Amino acid sequence: MTAVPMTEPMGQSLLDVEHLTMRFGGLTAIDDLSFTARRKEITSIIGPNGAGKTTVFNCLTGFYKPTVGRLKLSHPEKGEHYLERMDGFRIAQVADVGRTFQNIRLFPKMTVLENLIVAQHNVLMRASAFAVAGLFGLARYRDAEKAAVEKACHWLEKVNLIERADWEAGNLPYGDQRRLEIARAMCIDPVLLCLDEPAAGLNPRESLELNTLLTAIRDEQGIGILLIEHDMSVVMGISDHIVVLDHGRKISDGDPNFVRNDPTVIKAYLGEEEEEGDHA
Amino acid sequence: MSETKIKVGAAETSLPAMAKDVLMTAVIALVLAVPFIGLKSDSVGTALELYTRWPEMFAIIGAVLVGRVAFLLLRLRRDQPRAQSAQKRAGVKELAANWGGKHIVLIGVAGFACAALLPMMPFASRYTVDIATTFLIYVMLGWGLNIVVGLAGLLDLGYVAFYAVGAYSYALLSTELGWSFWVCLPLAGVFAAAFGVMLGFPVLRLRGDYLAIVTLGFGEIIRVVLTNWVDFTKGPNGISGVPRPSFFGYSFSRGGEQTFHDLLGIAYSSQHRVVFLYFLILILAGLTNWFTLRMRKLPTGRAWEALREDEIACRSLGINPTNVKLSAFALGAMFAGFAGSFFATRQGFVSPESFTFMESAIILAIVVLGGMGSQMGVVLAAFALVILPEWFRDFQQYRMFLFGAAMVLIMVLKPTGVMGRREPTIRLHKKKDAAEDAEAQPEIAQ
Repeated sequence: MTAVPMTEPMGQSLLDVEHLTMRFGGLTAIDDLSFTARRKEITSIIGPNGAGKTTVFNCLTGFYKPTVGRLKLSHPEKGEHYLERMDGFRIAQVADVGRTFQNIRLFPKMTVLENLIVAQHNVLMRASAFAVAGLFGLARYRDAEKAAVEKACHWLEKVNLIERADWEAGNLPYGDQRRLEIARAMCIDPVLLCLDEPAAGLNPRESLELNTLLTAIRDEQGIGILLIEHDMSVVMGISDHIVVLDHGRKISDGDPNFVRNDPTVIKAYLGEEEEEGDHA
Repeated sequence: MSETKIKVGAAETSLPAMAKDVLMTAVIALVLAVPFIGLKSDSVGTALELYTRWPEMFAIIGAVLVGRVAFLLLRLRRDQPRAQSAQKRAGVKELAANWGGKHIVLIGVAGFACAALLPMMPFASRYTVDIATTFLIYVMLGWGLNIVVGLAGLLDLGYVAFYAVGAYSYALLSTELGWSFWVCLPLAGVFAAAFGVMLGFPVLRLRGDYLAIVTLGFGEIIRVVLTNWVDFTKGPNGISGVPRPSFFGYSFSRGGEQTFHDLLGIAYSSQHRVVFLYFLILILAGLTNWFTLRMRKLPTGRAWEALREDEIACRSLGINPTNVKLSAFALGAMFAGFAGSFFATRQGFVSPESFTFMESAIILAIVVLGGMGSQMGVVLAAFALVILPEWFRDFQQYRMFLFGAAMVLIMVLKPTGVMGRREPTIRLHKKKDAAEDAEAQPEIAQ
């Protein structure tokens, strides 16, 4: 194992993964993984199929309880949270970690706008005083709903879906669904956004748009983005920091240039021959 | 056999192909009809005698052929160039969009107004109002279950248990403690909701078939407890003499002090109570409907629907699935509790027999046939399932057969239910564009 430290630390540390290990019976999906993701940075996790990338996400977002390890989220306003101890929904609710899924998980029968309103459930729930104020149509709830619609529209414009706001989400073309899922995750106001293969199934033009969207989110919202991706044009184009996994172990960690030239990575992941990603 | 053959291509609809198809049908019908209809054995004493019924057999084969020809002609017409029918279909689609959208409020209000005027109509006999009351009970139960099954997507096969809890709550509180209906009504709702939470907790992790089985068991447990806990519930004999409801303390009886007809200074009529009960359930059902329609537009209601669509996505958005599920179970059960206490006061008698699995099945069928989550659909389906069997009484022993056939027909023609189209809870663009939107959206095959 050749773990190489980050070359140029910038931004504040947002997520510290320490000695994360996840075992399913005899299978070790993640083996003693440590890395750091920072605010205002896009951190990519790459690796061949079955390297344990999605498992890392599932540990982070509470779908799995890690066997060993600590996942410390340093929230800029709410202080430190230890994600490994929290229920899945509380990780999104309290620690403000948003995520998307490898196989898109929208609410297909609900409209695009409704998908984004549901994402603001906790805010609206408080405003509606657990449905009591909402039931009688009090102004307090109506204002909150208006604000929620405004926020939804803001993100719909960002992802260029405002025209289709009243469509059933399940009827959207694939690329639109991917972008909608990102918009939905952004509606919870995350400090860390975890994207599981957002470019999968996109055509080159769409993945270029995705690059623009993700860098805009990073720069304008100042949040950290954690990205699992196979599309090297996305990974190499926008990542500030790349973590390479193979068989659950970290084999490399650094900026895109470093990782691209790391012989271990080339051997394990890009193939024996020198085969560089040609986007920079 | 011939079915698959003719589907191969359009050429098969040519005349010779059709003749061949009809001939094949005749042969198959003949082969089947000879043993089934042509020959009949009958036991005479200990011996077995064989009869023949050739005329009947040929009549039936003839009917089969006529049916087949009609079927082929129908399909021929359907496969004709679709130019003019496309236009027609667009019109139908728009109508459907409006029916599910623009006009639905109007239809709902008009329906409610008609329902409110029903007892005043000249044709409104005691029987009519009674049937309408039963109908409204099922509508209310359907609306209550719609919260659990239609909105939250939690398949509940034991819904009648909450109905039973409501009915027994009122029956016991009124006969044992002498509490009035108006005090017991909210209490019955609270008790039923508590039972809803009780059922909710153990099944939090279950979905679909597994949830259905547990809820089925829960429904049976309640019924079995009611049957066997004789000291408390009087067991299978039931509780009789449950007080009838009063109009703010004025009873609907013929004699005694403080009667309703004395209050209004009119002559006594046994019809008064029936009409009063009818209005009571109309108000209760209306309340259920209002509540559900409001809830759909609130975060709780949207979370129910989101949970139905994708529980994992819900969790990733910080929605606590436990709260969402329990609130759906509790509120759905609450309305069953209200309906149950109404049932008890209407009947004046409760026994476990009224709360069998069959009731749960009918209520669930109402929700599914109506189109999951659709309030108007529940009304239409309740009409089909409660009123039609009454009309079908003339058909005597074929009644249940027609009932079953109607259910199959609805599911074949409208697999997502009568009103399967979901109305969004919020729109960004004006409704006018909605129909165009519906046009623009690709139809996803069901």
